[in-house]
Amino acid sequence: MMISQRGYFIENLRKEQMLQLLAKGKRLDDRGLLDYRPLKIEVGVIEKAEGSAKVSLGDTQVIAGVKVEVDRPFPDTPDKGLLIVNAEVLPLASAYSEPGPPDEDAIELARVVDRGVRESEMIGLEKLVIEPGRYVYAVFVDVNVLNIDGNLFDATSYAVVAALATAKYRKYELTENGELKATDKYEKLPITTVPISITAFRIGDVILLDPNADEETLVEARLTFTFDGRGNLCAAQMGGSKGFSKDQILKIIEIAKLKAEEIGGLLRRQIGYG
Amino acid sequence: MDDKLGKLIDEEGRRVDGRKFNELRPIKIEVGVLKNADGSAYIEHGGNKIVVAIYGPKETHPKFMALPDRAILRCRYHMAPYSTEERKPPQPSRREIELSKVIREALEPAVKLEEFPRTAIDVYIEVLQSDGGSRGAGITAASVALADAGIPMRDLVVGCAAGKVDGQIVLDLNDLEDKEGEADLPVAIMPNIGQITLLQMDGLLTIDEFKKALDLAIEGCRKIHQIQREALYRKYFGTSEAEGK
Repeated sequence: MMISQRGYFIENLRKEQMLQLLAKGKRLDDRGLLDYRPLKIEVGVIEKAEGSAKVSLGDTQVIAGVKVEVDRPFPDTPDKGLLIVNAEVLPLASAYSEPGPPDEDAIELARVVDRGVRESEMIGLEKLVIEPGRYVYAVFVDVNVLNIDGNLFDATSYAVVAALATAKYRKYELTENGELKATDKYEKLPITTVPISITAFRIGDVILLDPNADEETLVEARLTFTFDGRGNLCAAQMGGSKGFSKDQILKIIEIAKLKAEEIGGLLRRQIGYG
Repeated sequence: MDDKLGKLIDEEGRRVDGRKFNELRPIKIEVGVLKNADGSAYIEHGGNKIVVAIYGPKETHPKFMALPDRAILRCRYHMAPYSTEERKPPQPSRREIELSKVIREALEPAVKLEEFPRTAIDVYIEVLQSDGGSRGAGITAASVALADAGIPMRDLVVGCAAGKVDGQIVLDLNDLEDKEGEADLPVAIMPNIGQITLLQMDGLLTIDEFKKALDLAIEGCRKIHQIQREALYRKYFGTSEAEGK
């Protein structure tokens, strides 16, 4: 149970305890500051989706589904397929989640995950063209948060990447008179790399990774770096209302780079990529 | 347009608008431009033309949003339909909703919200004409408008981007450089405290390029900070900072 569900007094006791532990570099669940909770990725959990993945990061649970459809290209990119990432926190995800259209948190979550996938050029969108200017494949990734227990940015990103990397879509072709026809062939999406997002959190002067919901109640600022799987940075996003010093940012890059290699290996193994 | 591509920087290192890699576009800030607002500012930064109004601290509506120990800061970044090449539908897009959030979080550390419990402070940022770097220019103008509203602040907040264009790290990307360039790194800082309060990035950068771009963006912010101070001096002392009173 999250502390915010307990009374105000108990909540503050717990916060004080966590702060005292953090000052000694320790956490309530005995993890090191830079340790992730167990990451479990199951792919192909939804048969009707072209690709899907369920990710658990500790008690945070996220599910992503990929649907691929034929669509018209955007006028300014007639020779590229489409990629659309949407995220929603479902009302069943916590006592505080409510139904309704995505709020600013969900929109930010979706856009940051989208940026990582798009800017890393994970998917060769130029290969998802049936007829330039007329027919392209549109790849929709919808992510739902099922249970909130901290670090949604990373969990969501891993679910999206795992679902895309394992997706298979039905090929279409043009008949002689230019009509669109479905074939019986299925192909993997043109995946070029596996981007990995690592989010660092600041509580006072302490930098830690993968906080649970209790720890997140203490967080002052958040910084996500996404690496493109080839050693480059491809997206960054700061959040929270206290910011970072430049030295903290430079330290986080080094931490995130190493962590991205570790988590990237873990993720690729679990989805059988590369 | 097409033959321009791949040639955003010429042999002499000049950019499409004639600037050097570390040069800002022209910036003009005016303070107190809207009579009704508690504080306001207008900024022209390159092709950006942005007006900002502050209302508050005032009673919070709806009431349940009020906090017992501090004011809430609300922020709306919005682009006028005529501000872009192609008409932008007036309802807030997902991009505008995200930017409203990160801009609010960039301003929040500078505002002494704890001095006004249970109230709300509204920041309205209206982009009348957009160019590259509108979120940074919006932040720059918003913090000047907050100061104009007489709201106690720890520091001003300044926004400026750096990025990568034609393989080079450059300061303050314009629209074309933003669209055709390899990477964009918008940053906001509190220049006296030295805290970085906004950082976003898209595109591809090596870690060394990232560090270089971050330094360049901070340098740009510090230059713009001087322009903010000048604008406030002019409004409140009728003279420039260098001339003294």
